[in-house]
Amino acid sequence: MIALLIFLIPLLGGIISFVAGAGKKAAHTVFVLSTGALLALTLLGMTSWDQPALQRFSAIWLSSLGSSFSLALLPLGKVLCLLTAIVYFLLALYMTNKVVDRPAAFYGWLLLAQAGMMGVFLAMDALLFYFFWELALIPMYFLCSIWGGPRRIAVTFKFFVYTFLGSVLLLAGLIYLQSLTPEKSFALDAILKLKLTTAQQSWLLWLVLPAFAIKLPLFPFHTWQPDTYEEAPTPVTAVLSAVMVKMGILGLLRWLLPFFPIAAYQWGDVIMGLAVGGIVYASLIAWRQDDLKRLVAYSSIAHIGLMGAAAFAANTLAIQGLCFQLFAHGINILGMWLLVDLIERNLGTRKISELGGLAQHSPTLTLFMIIIALANIALPLTNGFVGELLMFTGLLATKSNYYWVLAAVAGLGIILSAVYTLGMIRSVFYGERNAVTGKPVLVSVPEQLVLFVIVLLVLFFGLFPQPLLDMTKEYAEQLFSQVDISYLFRKF
Amino acid sequence: MNALLVSALWGVVMMFGGILIKQTAVVRYLAIAGVAILLGLNLAEMQGWQLIAIDTTGMLQFDTYALLLNSILLAAVLCYLLLSGSAMEKIGANLADYLALLFFVSSGMMMVSAFESLLILFLGIEIITIPLYILTGSDKKNLKSNEASLKYFLLGAFSSGILLMGITLVYGARGSFALSGVADSIRLSISLMIAGMLLLLIAMAFKVSAAPFHFWTPDVYDGAPTVFTSFMATVVKVAVFAAMVRLFDRSFALQQNAWQWWVAVIAGLTLFIGNITAVFQQSVKRMLAYSSIAQAGFMLLAVYAMNTTAKEGLLLYAASYSLATIGIFAVLTRMKDYSFEAFNGLAGRYPWVAASLAIFFLSLAGIPLTGGFLAKFYMIKAALGLSIGLALFALLMAVVSVYYYFRVIQAMYFKPVAQPDALAFDKSFTGLLLLVALLVVMLGLFPEWLIACLYF
Repeated sequence: MIALLIFLIPLLGGIISFVAGAGKKAAHTVFVLSTGALLALTLLGMTSWDQPALQRFSAIWLSSLGSSFSLALLPLGKVLCLLTAIVYFLLALYMTNKVVDRPAAFYGWLLLAQAGMMGVFLAMDALLFYFFWELALIPMYFLCSIWGGPRRIAVTFKFFVYTFLGSVLLLAGLIYLQSLTPEKSFALDAILKLKLTTAQQSWLLWLVLPAFAIKLPLFPFHTWQPDTYEEAPTPVTAVLSAVMVKMGILGLLRWLLPFFPIAAYQWGDVIMGLAVGGIVYASLIAWRQDDLKRLVAYSSIAHIGLMGAAAFAANTLAIQGLCFQLFAHGINILGMWLLVDLIERNLGTRKISELGGLAQHSPTLTLFMIIIALANIALPLTNGFVGELLMFTGLLATKSNYYWVLAAVAGLGIILSAVYTLGMIRSVFYGERNAVTGKPVLVSVPEQLVLFVIVLLVLFFGLFPQPLLDMTKEYAEQLFSQVDISYLFRKF
Repeated sequence: MNALLVSALWGVVMMFGGILIKQTAVVRYLAIAGVAILLGLNLAEMQGWQLIAIDTTGMLQFDTYALLLNSILLAAVLCYLLLSGSAMEKIGANLADYLALLFFVSSGMMMVSAFESLLILFLGIEIITIPLYILTGSDKKNLKSNEASLKYFLLGAFSSGILLMGITLVYGARGSFALSGVADSIRLSISLMIAGMLLLLIAMAFKVSAAPFHFWTPDVYDGAPTVFTSFMATVVKVAVFAAMVRLFDRSFALQQNAWQWWVAVIAGLTLFIGNITAVFQQSVKRMLAYSSIAQAGFMLLAVYAMNTTAKEGLLLYAASYSLATIGIFAVLTRMKDYSFEAFNGLAGRYPWVAASLAIFFLSLAGIPLTGGFLAKFYMIKAALGLSIGLALFALLMAVVSVYYYFRVIQAMYFKPVAQPDALAFDKSFTGLLLLVALLVVMLGLFPEWLIACLYF
């Protein structure tokens, strides 16, 4: 029941916002109420309403196609739903008193996108999963194309076509899997019981992987991402990078690795190689960026690269770290985007070369930025450290012959992330003030509150990561131990 | 049988109505009432109620599939008349005659959906196409319309000749025009049979505008008055598809190995040529003509796979494709010009019209939550078991189709308007359009309401 509500609240909120949000205030109020209610409900779902009966929901839908409307709030989904609820609520607070063109549609689309993403995190049926996957995409298409920057139409269309291409291949893979199941069912459990041969696993992996790799994005499927992040309005960019990319990770963990474990191991070296190669590649490009948004976009590719590699490292440590990092990365990157947005709103530019000396006038902003940036580099005592350390350890423990190469390259990426992040802080916040940065960056009370909460979350989970780790402990341990490949061995 | 008889009769009623009634609106309402009655009678027949029992000596058989398809077609015609009926008045003075011809076409569609004899197939196809030649050229003072009509007539007559030749050869091999029941004699002359069958395949490919027999389509669809293009590209095309499925399912099931690969090649070519050429069009009308070729490519997957999924899917395809395309054309007939730029900023001025159009285009592109997605889903599912390569190719082509369908959405929502001029979208039209859009969405959410009619 609670799973259904988590999906329904944003859906209804979105519809209400479209219909009733004519005034500027009304739409924002609906947005705050809807996201607030959802956050409260999600927290309740984590704690006191933790019974399995409440967390599953199933209804008959498209049964002649072998599908059903079944949702469940499982550990991995819990982390992601919590993240989505927190990010949206913080965003709602942040948007207080901000002027948005056509607010009813803006907040309406945002809420519909949230409904789609929640659906993706909850779906227990492959076709339903695909429906939600697309339901999350369409609102993003409109959000970026209507409210974005000057090159928005072409850039968003590129994003859409990329994602849609991945999606249809995913759909083909899912239909094929369904046709193999004895009961012709799209249910996750039915597909998990399939006994696929090594060859089948291999080509199905490559059919399904692009959808998730494009969404993440993993190198070399990333070319849509910096453009889209740059052109999209910053709140939408925040949703895209904090929450939406996590759909890709969830796809890998729930809809790819358990289905094709052998192929994932076979191709693991290639995919992990691409992923860690992408880290260095993106970090080097981030280093040379002059635009704050593009810098954060490339840094996001780098961080996601490590997460993608961890998913294929195939051991408990890496998965545990990944689950933690899903949450931590979402919070950190949200902070980064909001700070970039603050600078751009106040000073009218986000060119690093035009900025400088912000620390003299805006100490609050600087303090927030430094803490969040340090979390982004994964310094100890921040939440970024816990996740990246675990993933790194997991990468070293992977059963690949090249584990030390992978780890070394990924380590280089982490060093580079310190280089470009600290370099950015030096040139934006320190040094001489100039004409552009003459006036201070004003941080209003709601903005301060939001940033304070983000910093609090960064430090809290940096110091006490255990509650979040406990949530996914069992999941990480079971993910690979449950895989049964004994049928592939020849009987003697 | 009900709808077939009454539609032929109502055509005559319309012709006389045109002489007796002078107000065009009344004539139009008479036609709408006629289609509504047809739909009612057809639905009644699905419940087992017949006007008169006629012995067709097994040449026609109205089974559940045929009746359900007829209901879908008639419902689409009803939507079509309600949405675009008024645009017909602008073409010429002979409104009643146009409508009478539409009723004759409808009776032809009822025939090709239920034929059991190759003769009836030929008869039905001719009854469909001859009125269409006239309707294509109905804009008499327009040179393009005349050219289109002549082109359509020449190529149509040519393909009818091929059709007849094919029927003759099959008759020679079987000694009967019947679709089924003569399976024993097939062994007699297999080469004659195969030759006839391939000629039939070519002729049907002509009629559904499948590549490489599609060359007439863009010119004819572009030249014909937009109202009639809408009719030809949707209901008629779907009806001929149903005929094709029925023909190859009932008559040539045993020779499936011989024609299946030809159909696969035709489907692949149609998908490729339709989608790629549509990308380069500068006029929405012409783009829709190529899009109809592309969609035909998808429907050909049903002929290729020829299993239960495919046949169920074709019904869904018929409904969602027809409704969406009729809706788009209805808006197009009310536009000042047919370029993509004409749609700029439509969302700001007519939000509901734009929203409906967006749903139609999303459905044609096959985005989930619309009928178009599930229709494509059925086709892919049907074909995937036979040929993964063809199914993947079709999906890739669906991605290409996003390019040209989304151009209109981009124009409506994201591009500013240069000089806003008032368009004729009144309240009732907008409401009706929204209703059709809602139907398309419902098909995408609960397709079982439609499919279940086949079995219960």
